[in-house]
Amino acid sequence: MDLKSQNNTKPTRRQFLVRFCALGAALLILPLKALASVWNKPAFESATLADAIKNLNIKAEAPSAQIEIIAPDKAENGAVVQVEINSHIANTESITIFSEKNPTPLVAQYTFSNGALPYVVTRIKMAETCDLKAVIKANNQYFTASKRVEVLENGCG
Amino acid sequence: MDVVKAMTTDIKMRAQLKDDITEVKVLMSHPMETGRRKNDANEIIPAHFVQLVTATLNGKTVLEAQWGTGVSKNPYLTFRLANARVGDTVAVTWLDNLGQTSSQQIQVVAV
Repeated sequence: MDLKSQNNTKPTRRQFLVRFCALGAALLILPLKALASVWNKPAFESATLADAIKNLNIKAEAPSAQIEIIAPDKAENGAVVQVEINSHIANTESITIFSEKNPTPLVAQYTFSNGALPYVVTRIKMAETCDLKAVIKANNQYFTASKRVEVLENGCG
Repeated sequence: MDVVKAMTTDIKMRAQLKDDITEVKVLMSHPMETGRRKNDANEIIPAHFVQLVTATLNGKTVLEAQWGTGVSKNPYLTFRLANARVGDTVAVTWLDNLGQTSSQQIQVVAV
């Protein structure tokens, strides 16, 4: 009886240890893996809006009234301009934000998954008065909207 | 002293569930140097900025961000989750152009 119960628990304990170690390793690797997605260097270093869009492979973006951009009409300080973007387009996968006249116009790209809503609030630098442009990717199509922001003080130093 | 201050990598987070939607607010401490600014000695301050941000809900990726130098110093971010419950874990990790990284996590609370 004793032997039998030992035989029953031993593999279980071993299995448990193996699983426990595997889990630990997975937890360690997970954040690194998550960050391994490649930063789009050519797009972020593009000096014009057209080049940035090209390097992001954004094609045929259609103007859409279903993209809500909330940003100030006038920004006192271009170093911190709060921008809120809410996409009402079904199956929105990502939101990309451009500040047209920044030295590098591409500011940020957000990709949503697993129940994240297509909504973001972020604070950006704006070099001068220009259009803030948002591009939404949904169902392999691109949609866009813009909002003019008057910048009173250059935020790109 | 300023340099030391700029290098601190703490992240402040809040995840609040209200009317089925969890709003996550994140404030990171980072200089977000563009590489175009000059110091008092007229020397270029090297670029130092966050490039990648990942947010997870109970270990599953919900948001991936790529940032350029146009994101403001001490970056602020709000995002919303449709499927989070009270007690769930939301975690955020960033990685900058110098290979530095920082993480923070918090439990979802009801408002």
